Amino acid sequence: MNVRALVFLLCLPAMAWAQGFGGLGTQADGFTTPRPNPVFDFPQDHGPHPDYRIEWWYLTANMTGPDGAEYGLQWTLFRSALAPEVGVGWTSPQIYFGHAAVSTKDAHYVSERFARGGIGQAGVTPAPFEAWIDDWHLKGDNFDTMQMHATGPEFAYDVTLDAQGPLVFHGDGGFSVKSAKGQASYYYSQPFYDLSGTLTLPDGPVPVTGTAWLDREWSSQPLADDQSGWDWFSLSFEDGNKLMGFRLRQTDGTFFASGTWIAPDGTPTALRPDDFIASPMALSDVGGRDVPTTWRVQVPRFNVDVTTTALNPQAWMAVSLPYWEGPVTVQGSHTGRGYLEMTGYE
Amino acid sequence: MTAAGFHALWSHWRRNPLQLFTLVAGLALATALWSGVQAVNAEARASYGAAAATLGEGQFDQLLPAQSDTIAQADYIALRRAGWQVGPVVDGRLDADGTQIRILGIDPLTAPNGFDAVGEGQPVDLVDFLSKPTVFANADTADLLKGLGVRVIEDAGVASGMAITDVSVAQDVLSLPGQLSRLVIANQQPLGVPPLADVVPNLTRVAAQSGTDVARLTDSFHLNLTAFGLLSFAVGIFIVHGTIGLAFEQRRSMVRTLRALGMPLRRVMVLMGVELIVLALIGGGVGVVMGYLIAAALLPDVAATLKGLYGADVSGTLQLRPSWWISGLLISVAGTGVAAIGSLMQVARMPLLASARPQAWLTASSARRILHVAISGLLLAVAVALGVWGKGLVLGFVMLGALLIGAALALPLILDVALRLGQARARHVIWEWFWADTRQQLPGLSLALMALLLAMAANVGVSTMVSSFRLTFVGFLDQRLASELYVTAQTPAQSEALQAFLKPQVRVILPVLSVQTDLAGLPTDLYGARIDSTHRDNWAFLEARSDAWDSVDTGRGIIINEQLARRAGLWVGDDVSLGGSRILPVVGIYGDYGNPIGQAIVQEDLFNALHPNQIPTRFGLRTDTPDSVRKALIDDFGLPEANIIDQAGIKAFSLSIFERTFTVTGALNVLTLAVAGFAIFMSLLTLASMRVPQLAPAWALGLTRRKLGQLELTRAAILAVLTATAAIPLGLALAWVLLAVVNVEAFGWKLPMYVFPAAYAKLCGFALLAAIVAALWPALRLARTPPTDLLKVFANER
Repeated sequence: MNVRALVFLLCLPAMAWAQGFGGLGTQADGFTTPRPNPVFDFPQDHGPHPDYRIEWWYLTANMTGPDGAEYGLQWTLFRSALAPEVGVGWTSPQIYFGHAAVSTKDAHYVSERFARGGIGQAGVTPAPFEAWIDDWHLKGDNFDTMQMHATGPEFAYDVTLDAQGPLVFHGDGGFSVKSAKGQASYYYSQPFYDLSGTLTLPDGPVPVTGTAWLDREWSSQPLADDQSGWDWFSLSFEDGNKLMGFRLRQTDGTFFASGTWIAPDGTPTALRPDDFIASPMALSDVGGRDVPTTWRVQVPRFNVDVTTTALNPQAWMAVSLPYWEGPVTVQGSHTGRGYLEMTGYE
Repeated sequence: MTAAGFHALWSHWRRNPLQLFTLVAGLALATALWSGVQAVNAEARASYGAAAATLGEGQFDQLLPAQSDTIAQADYIALRRAGWQVGPVVDGRLDADGTQIRILGIDPLTAPNGFDAVGEGQPVDLVDFLSKPTVFANADTADLLKGLGVRVIEDAGVASGMAITDVSVAQDVLSLPGQLSRLVIANQQPLGVPPLADVVPNLTRVAAQSGTDVARLTDSFHLNLTAFGLLSFAVGIFIVHGTIGLAFEQRRSMVRTLRALGMPLRRVMVLMGVELIVLALIGGGVGVVMGYLIAAALLPDVAATLKGLYGADVSGTLQLRPSWWISGLLISVAGTGVAAIGSLMQVARMPLLASARPQAWLTASSARRILHVAISGLLLAVAVALGVWGKGLVLGFVMLGALLIGAALALPLILDVALRLGQARARHVIWEWFWADTRQQLPGLSLALMALLLAMAANVGVSTMVSSFRLTFVGFLDQRLASELYVTAQTPAQSEALQAFLKPQVRVILPVLSVQTDLAGLPTDLYGARIDSTHRDNWAFLEARSDAWDSVDTGRGIIINEQLARRAGLWVGDDVSLGGSRILPVVGIYGDYGNPIGQAIVQEDLFNALHPNQIPTRFGLRTDTPDSVRKALIDDFGLPEANIIDQAGIKAFSLSIFERTFTVTGALNVLTLAVAGFAIFMSLLTLASMRVPQLAPAWALGLTRRKLGQLELTRAAILAVLTATAAIPLGLALAWVLLAVVNVEAFGWKLPMYVFPAAYAKLCGFALLAAIVAALWPALRLARTPPTDLLKVFANER
């Protein structure tokens, strides 16, 4: 059995576990499910929640090199629990896997890692904060200033992050609904990081500066059984406003959309399902798959009508459970940069 | 027309059921031995493959503990945290009802080759595997694991005697909490990983393919088996060739009639070809079934031999693998094709109106005989030329083939010369007739005798090779196992105390210090030795300076094994760099049989200077009172009995392994001789019915039928003895090629050749016996030929 099949087994539950389980509040194999009106407890909640099935620390960044060249990077640590227990040693049911990537205009470097949670190879501690798997880490004395590091056979990066704004809670105070049936997750972000550091690419080191966006999300049943994938956007406009929006594609051809409008001071406005409209404009052939890499994104309520274009349409994450993730540029009613993630195009 | 043609062709076999039987039986025997040997080899290779795939051996570099037996789990975590992509392995033996089972624990999340070893091609439910303690083992082994208290899943892909499980389960059942046996290093590492020595100075990196590849170790054994299989096949094909030749000759008139009736030559040829393919498939099918039975009977012994000799676990139960039964059928068809091509071409070239000569095949034209001698001379010249100038494994095999076929083709000429000599010395008229008659029969018997020659030569060659190997190995064991006792400290920490305890008890303590390193760019085990009279008295060099041991003892020389010498092109007097500025001359080359990788020995203090972290845990002890030392070690020092091995025990174990090897070789010897005996039997039986016209005059002149029968037996015996006499030098030549050419090319060492006259005499006895047994029934039939049949010859009423 190869690792690819393994990750299917580990991720599939996370992506479509809801099969066979009812709506909100049901206990899935003893796992806790998110409930409305959450009260977060920081820094504790920056750490892992082993009684939830799936959780991630997900950072993306748009950067610029000394010559003006644009870059993107991704650092992600996933936690997937086989059972709602902590456990010590090899038998701990907490499994971690990490994805890291660097995108340039014409290259996309990817690496992934796997580890069990009970032996020290991977884990997350809330204070001081450290999320790690092997030599990859995201750490700092607090959540506002952090160092981040990842390596792959062809790339490495070392950057520092400095938050310029507050945490942003999505949905209803951090309770983010994912389907009409009520599937939901806890979801907050830190979209205000300033970033500086060094990318190491096959041609040598590149000093970079830019902005980064960290997502924190955990749940036990994030998708409904009739949802086949999602298209997720995190956009930072030059006027200081930010937009997080996603649409979950449903097997009957309809979508479940949601999002958050983030004012420059960090004030969030939850978007109603019909507030966020994303439509594919052009497909790219990515290794034989048709992937929409140019989108029209509309938020009529905030007079947004923009086109997002992938910096590198070939930003395919060729990991065990592959997906598309890469930096985009924004043009139209607003200009800016951001990240796009698309799953289910395999 | 086609149906009528088939009917006509088939009628020949209906009228000659014995010939049909010979053809099918010859094919079946040839295929049986070939596919039997292939089945054994395939089974063994599959077992190695399963083991190697599990262990990642051969594909990946590994990290091993330099001093202790295990690696702390903390070292693994430290490596991962430094970026190194390594996968942990826990490897140990578990005693289950007196059987040792190898327990192999891996982490499917980080193993570079994942979990490919189990699941028989189907994905394993990993969530299930990680959630519940599970072991995978084949059916034999699974039964033994029932008492372990974990779930056992049967998996035919797992090597016999092995169980594959999660690291956590392996640590648990082997009582190795927090410990790992080794780490497998992924081929691709991230940018900027720190040097291994900075992270884990106590671990040694071992390159892939060094020392652990069982398949390479056991190649020599499989080569023997394959050589046997091939020779048996050749012998079988000789039988088939003879039978087809006879059948085609006898059907000349039928072919002429068919063509005269209007059947095109092309269709006759196609019909005969189809007929042969059908017969080949039937014979091959029977042969594959017989091969399976042979393999199933041999496999337990082969498995035991391989396990004992090389520590290779081979499943004792045979699986029906499509690869070998398909190859068995193919080789049967191909062999029939080779055997029939000459006859088919003769039929194609036969003039439509040529007279049918049913006996022509028996009296081969002198032109053909000259051609055979010419080809034989050419092949033997090629063999000699290759022996002198040839290089490489393939050429070694070409040489083997040229030698065997050349010698076989030369056999009729040699026998004819011998028979001429006999005739010249004959004083009595009966004997004069006897020799002349034998010579007259020679063409008809020559194919069977060639088969006997090849079978005997194969026997002589392979048994010489195996016996030489045994003798060399036993001598080598005597050299190497000169110490009376071998003890192993339980931990490196115990090493000092053990040496202090032993010092007053024994004459000499010889520590065994070794590291895996590179010398002259080749993976090598470097040993540090305390030079002692034990070495000076017992070691035999292949080549050395007269002061070799003194040079080593004073740190001014290094001795290396033959494998390293041949592969690195080093010989006595050449310099070897030991790293840094340390350069030593090679002062001796020693034989190191059975070891696939290079080895070198330097003096102990020099070794310690080069590798200061090595602490010896194994010691050879020279003592006159091994029993009391053993007792003191157990009772007073508290060393477990398992850590003390006496010399006699090791030798007895090694020799018992060779007895196993001999069981296999012996069984194959008997089988090949049986095939050759069968060939003789069939030839004589065929000849007997045709010879009545030639014997009738002898009978009419007063020779009794009984006397004629006795002469037939004598003839078979004389021909067998003559053939055997020719087979022994051929077998020795074969053995020489195997030992001095093929072995060196394949494994890097040359085995000295010993001759075993008593064994050859015994073999001649067997060959004689086989020939007489084969001749018995035809002779008896001759002795009982009704006088009327003999009389009919003169009445021209046959």
